[in-house]
Amino acid sequence: MVSLKKLSEKEELLAPGHRLCAGCGASIIVRQVLLAAEDPVVIANATGCLEVATTIYPYTAWRVPWIHSAFENAAATIAGVETMYQVKKRKGEITRDIKFLAFGGDGGTYDIGIQALSGALERGHDILYICYNNGAYMNTGIQRSSATPKGASTTTSPAGKVIPGKRRFPKDLTAIVAAHNIPYCGQTSPSFYNDLIGKVQKALSAEGPTFLNIISPCPRGWRHETDQSIAMAEEAVTCCFWPLYEVENGEWRLTGYSKQIAEGKKEKTSVIDWMRKQGRFRHLFTDARKPFLDSIQEEVEREWENLKKRCGY
Amino acid sequence: MKEKGWKECLWGGLIVDAGNSVLYKTGDWRSQKPIRDEKKCTDCLQCWIMCPDAAIKVKDGKVVGIDYDYCKGCGICSKVCPFDAIEMKEEGEQ
Amino acid sequence: MIQALSGNTAVAYAMKQVNPDVVAVYPITPQTVAMERFADYVADGDVDTELIMADSEHSAMSCCIGASLAGGRVMTSTASAGLALMWEVLYVAASNRCPIVMNVMNRALSAPINIHCDHSDAMGARDSSWIQIHAENVQEAYDNIIQAVRIAEHENVRLPVMTNMDGFTLSHATERLETLDDQQVQKFIGKFKAIYPLLDVDNPVTYGPLDLYDYYFEHKRQQVEAMELAYDVVKRIGQEYGKVTGRSFDMLHPFEMDDAEIAVLALGSTSGTARVAVRAMRQKGVKVGLVKLRVFRPFPKDGLKEMLKGMKAVAVMDRSDSYGAFGGPVFSEVRSALLGEDVEVVNYIYGLGGRDIRQDQVEQVITDMSTVAKTGKVKSYVNYLGVR
Ligand code: SF4
Ligand code: SF4
Repeated sequence: MVSLKKLSEKEELLAPGHRLCAGCGASIIVRQVLLAAEDPVVIANATGCLEVATTIYPYTAWRVPWIHSAFENAAATIAGVETMYQVKKRKGEITRDIKFLAFGGDGGTYDIGIQALSGALERGHDILYICYNNGAYMNTGIQRSSATPKGASTTTSPAGKVIPGKRRFPKDLTAIVAAHNIPYCGQTSPSFYNDLIGKVQKALSAEGPTFLNIISPCPRGWRHETDQSIAMAEEAVTCCFWPLYEVENGEWRLTGYSKQIAEGKKEKTSVIDWMRKQGRFRHLFTDARKPFLDSIQEEVEREWENLKKRCGY
Repeated sequence: MKEKGWKECLWGGLIVDAGNSVLYKTGDWRSQKPIRDEKKCTDCLQCWIMCPDAAIKVKDGKVVGIDYDYCKGCGICSKVCPFDAIEMKEEGEQ
Repeated sequence: MIQALSGNTAVAYAMKQVNPDVVAVYPITPQTVAMERFADYVADGDVDTELIMADSEHSAMSCCIGASLAGGRVMTSTASAGLALMWEVLYVAASNRCPIVMNVMNRALSAPINIHCDHSDAMGARDSSWIQIHAENVQEAYDNIIQAVRIAEHENVRLPVMTNMDGFTLSHATERLETLDDQQVQKFIGKFKAIYPLLDVDNPVTYGPLDLYDYYFEHKRQQVEAMELAYDVVKRIGQEYGKVTGRSFDMLHPFEMDDAEIAVLALGSTSGTARVAVRAMRQKGVKVGLVKLRVFRPFPKDGLKEMLKGMKAVAVMDRSDSYGAFGGPVFSEVRSALLGEDVEVVNYIYGLGGRDIRQDQVEQVITDMSTVAKTGKVKSYVNYLGVR
């Protein structure tokens, strides 16, 4: 368990005055991540909401060394920074420990950045890549990504008379990352800050590439009130749409609330109830689309059962 | 900030004044204002860890106020407070 | 030391002597062998370099940017499609003022796919704010790399440098060349000076912010200035290199230009072919000279004007085309540099996809220029040389 009192003594490394929307999950995640880090960090950021809103020239919200290069290359960029660090450390030009982080949204991670990410993971750089996953290209006006949930209406997968929003399930990026056999990866949610901070600390203490996929509520794209962000990122976990788990040296493990569900200690909530609270799914709640809606619940069930099996349940 | 010419600014958009975003006050985005009831507050810091804008001011492990210069009025703090110590009020009404 | 090296091995050797902190690269013909040789140096512990074998050229350049801004010396190498894939991040490297040195073995762009030399790759990157140096032979390719490190890192410049050499024609040709000792190279390039490095965690900096209409233009204007200042730096470093090696370099290298009435302008290995042709035509009494354009960026507009004014006709050899434009990229620039001068400038586009350029073809070009000089008439300003 983390002590919030202790954490609150740390310096805020993401300064206020950034221009992320009210209630944005991304800055909650970044704050929690930076509070978790014990060593100094250097950050690479993919193009996206977080990058744009925190560094509108001549202002920056970052109190740590930070670089944005392009959309698809946050993993390659931080890999370059980390490699230079390794050389300087080997030569004795730097002696202190520094950690290397990358932040990318789901567009910059699942889609355009997956090659650079995969390459960096395979090469074994000592980095932590964090995907703040809000399930669409929110920065450019809510276009679908390969992380967009089935059924969500986005500006490029709009719910029409015939097509009920996005027709495909998101790809399972965390499992794809796990298949790189890196020391540590997992999924978490800012609503469970204990889980999130614990995982960041584990990732940063591991040697080699690590990855966290963090669900990041977006009031604008998900279409919910700004005060609902934490509730939405919580219910995503309790309904098993976004289970909390980690894969450590090949061992799959449910964590926190998800573990408790698997062990029968907590109630699993309904995916459809979670969806009902978000405007992006509103069009699905008609009699005609009931079968489609049911197929989503079924798919989430199936994935959850698969994950449980992998975790030894 | 006064707009500088090309000879006066650092190259490539480099910013060396880390965290100078504090000069940009986002408080005026707010339409709802969080008001904390000190008597109900137990300093559990749930609001602090969940605030997207680092606007819950904490000192020595205790909430000492809300930074209205930056608070965007999202209402998350009010929702996550287990003790109903934060109430959202229309901006302007007290 | 005198060695017989191919273009690829000479590049690897120069890089070994530079001993950069980080090299990030991706294999592509015809520069793969350079990277293989460099990987051998790394494997044998002959360099201190960390070598990143990236997942693409885009990632390779992105790694270079990260590594460079972290605060150290960075090099890479590519060709053709690889350079094209880097296109987006070439601009990022330049605007963030990363002093990266990149060897480019010039090769045609697809489609159809072709692995041989032309300059479409480099010319595609001409507006990216990279300094561009072109080598005539393997010796120059070697020399250019060592000078490039100094040029890129010069505090007045601080721009990335692309050292070009013709794919296969030079990359796979073995030549006799003179190399410096490792210590001489180290002495010449000096120690890398980091400016605002990311690894200085006590002084955190932000690179690459969102820069809108209120400042973007100013930041671009700074790059214009850096290019302006580069003229002098390239020249001075070329002279300094001459003091060490006996081989001095400038932006433009004239040959037989003193009393010339007509001229041929070329870059890359074709300058060698053209030199032989000029010599042959001189024996026939034609007052022709050659201008080798060694540095394409920054474009030596003033020097060129000085050198070519008074010519009756100038043939500009372009090993790439700019489809739909009035002539190839070198032609357009030479012609606009000569604005106001009474010089006929004629373009010859040649050698696309590795098509050979022969001495007799350049001699024909010279003969054509003589006719232009005599008649004052140009039949066609843009000509395709050696196409069926
Ligand atoms: S309303 Fe939102 S921004 Fe304001 S203090 Fe509460 S959580 Fe922070
Ligand atoms: S969440 Fe409520 S009780 Fe806890 S510190 Fe904040 S205001 Fe006080």
